[in-house]
Amino acid sequence: MSTSVETIRDLAQQEYKWGFVTKIDEDRVPKGLNEEIVRLISARKGEPEFMLEWRLKALRHWQSLERKDAEPKWANITYGPIDYQDIVYYSAPKQRPAIDSLESLDPEILRTYEKLGIPLEEQKRLAGVAVDAVFDSVSVATTFKSKLAEMGVIFCSFSEAVQKHPDLVRKYLGSVVPYTDNFFASLNAAVFTDGSFVYVPKGVRCPMELSTYFRINAAETGQFERTLIVADEGATVSYLEGCTAPIRDENQLHAAVVELVALDNAQIKYSTVQNWYPGDKEGRGGIYNFVTKRGKCVGVNSKISWTQVETGSAITWKYPSCILQGENSVGEFYSVALTNNRQQADTGTKMIHIGKNTRSTIVTKGISAGRGQNTYRGQVKIMKSATGARNYTQCDSLLIGDRCGAHTFPYIDVRNSTARMEHEASTSRIGENQLFYLRQRGLKTEEAVSMIVNGFCKTVFRELPMEFAVEAQKLLGVSLEGSVG
Amino acid sequence: MALLEIEDLHASVDGHQILKGVNLVLNAGEVHSIMGPNGSGKSTLAQVLARRESYEVTQGRVLYAGKDLLQMKPEEAACEGVFLAFQYPVEIPGIGNAYFLRSAMNAIRKYRGEDELDAMDFLPVFRERLKLLEMDDALMSRSLNEGFSGGEKKRNEILQMAMLEPRLAILDETDSGLDIDALKIVAEGVNALRSSQRAFLVITHYQRLLNYIAPDFVHVLVDGKIVRSGGPELALELEEKGYGWTEAEAQPA
Repeated sequence: MSTSVETIRDLAQQEYKWGFVTKIDEDRVPKGLNEEIVRLISARKGEPEFMLEWRLKALRHWQSLERKDAEPKWANITYGPIDYQDIVYYSAPKQRPAIDSLESLDPEILRTYEKLGIPLEEQKRLAGVAVDAVFDSVSVATTFKSKLAEMGVIFCSFSEAVQKHPDLVRKYLGSVVPYTDNFFASLNAAVFTDGSFVYVPKGVRCPMELSTYFRINAAETGQFERTLIVADEGATVSYLEGCTAPIRDENQLHAAVVELVALDNAQIKYSTVQNWYPGDKEGRGGIYNFVTKRGKCVGVNSKISWTQVETGSAITWKYPSCILQGENSVGEFYSVALTNNRQQADTGTKMIHIGKNTRSTIVTKGISAGRGQNTYRGQVKIMKSATGARNYTQCDSLLIGDRCGAHTFPYIDVRNSTARMEHEASTSRIGENQLFYLRQRGLKTEEAVSMIVNGFCKTVFRELPMEFAVEAQKLLGVSLEGSVG
Repeated sequence: MALLEIEDLHASVDGHQILKGVNLVLNAGEVHSIMGPNGSGKSTLAQVLARRESYEVTQGRVLYAGKDLLQMKPEEAACEGVFLAFQYPVEIPGIGNAYFLRSAMNAIRKYRGEDELDAMDFLPVFRERLKLLEMDDALMSRSLNEGFSGGEKKRNEILQMAMLEPRLAILDETDSGLDIDALKIVAEGVNALRSSQRAFLVITHYQRLLNYIAPDFVHVLVDGKIVRSGGPELALELEEKGYGWTEAEAQPA
């Protein structure tokens, strides 16, 4: 057994492959957070009055929370205090090319994407994926726009949506995650710089996967993304979000908000592959990822499905959730979370059943390696009104090595006696006998580990769109090089 | 040159000395059987030859095709053509049987500098070998050994052997837990693979399997040493007289 632990440790020494910094002139505001900064951000973005007002309300709420020391402390994670006045809340590449043409992009940016293995041109040509590239905080490229526009699908940066579709933004912004929701959501509402906006009109099936690559680039720049996706009656959309980040010494705060709204008979599928810099093997550096993601099945027969593959960040605090309000609506959460070295993840979901005959499915796979700590935290709540509600939950943990941890906190709250609940859980570890078996067949230790872990995650990976699933397996492989034995 | 030369092999597990000086020579084309009572070191010998790292070699040497086998990692030995059919095959959930086999074949091919097989090259061979072992096509998509019956697992081991085409195949009590029909199928699979290029080391507790796989040589392992070697008739003699007969011989005079 000791040999395999050694192997795990050896493997765990590998460096983060995708750490590099792109040199781009940045347009930055001073450090710190106050009304002046919020006004400055809003002014830089040329926002209408209602946005500024909303941001200021959010700021005041956040300030009241901060005075009460209301930064959430209940999660199973530890980190030093965050100095919110020591953060730069806005940075944008100075060069702002025309949005429709790749040629006008700063070549440095293009090279960054190439290093990441996701050249825009390739993506454009290959998968038929429309890419809204978020480089630092401002969108610099949007493709396939015209094709989407023909069908009435709006897919643009949040800033652009504020300018061109203020009524839609006003109607749905904060309707799922209000600025009062939690500490980090309030912070985001006050200072968010950009993100994506999607509106799929009635009866339209979005003809392609919509994809955004996020990338944190500027040192000391917290990234505050905000994404809003609305699927109108009978509409269907699949959205992909993926990211990597360069090596940085200082911890970078990331507090994103994602809101999904599904009206009658609408379906939204939201897939994430997250591979931000996790810090070095001693836990220095790395991203703090405090994200609020929530979808609301407003209409009857609507469906929201979250799939996430979380391999990065020093700290992950993330609970993509569904409010199942419409009758017969469906919520799904499929998750793979991997922690290696000193990474900590506290992640899971909330399924709030309000409408009749609402159904939810939760399938989570937590992988802990190195000294990683992996926590599943889930809440299934069946309200009085939710007659005939059903939930199925399965949470599995896989341990690699003998210094990591897996924790499970399922909360179940049932207020209607017709509810049917199922909960399954398992914890296992990669055994020396499994590794030996695969190696005896010719596979290297790394390949063997990767194979075992991919097998463990299979039920989640098959929920991902095909090209994303391939990428997720690769990311897992890369993360596992540091993680497993 | 012999395919496998074992000289004065000593090995221990968790500090217990199990092998206490094994000497054995296998030539390509030969089938050797190792018999012996429980705890005599049969499985340890198999694991050591397959290079399991938790088994410590304390003395002796093993040459395989002229190379020092004891310097190889498990995957290197595998790629050099050493195959172990496990006594207790391991379950790997979520990994398709066919996918796993193709990955293993390609790992070995890559090691040897050969082109990797794509699905189109792989499938016809796979189907043919499935038929040989009277295994269901459905096994292709099932997870590796997961939920397999004892007999299915053992047949799956022989299927893998048939696909990977090793030069040295070690069968560790492949007959245990098999009913007579499964035993015949497994034996037929082995017999179909016998060739002048390949050697077999068939480890078994009972003589039964040897009715179907006729060995060229039979060795009796007792208390970590080979105490008797002979032809197929030795197996029959053992069946008749029991291991007590050889154990007595293992005592120093």
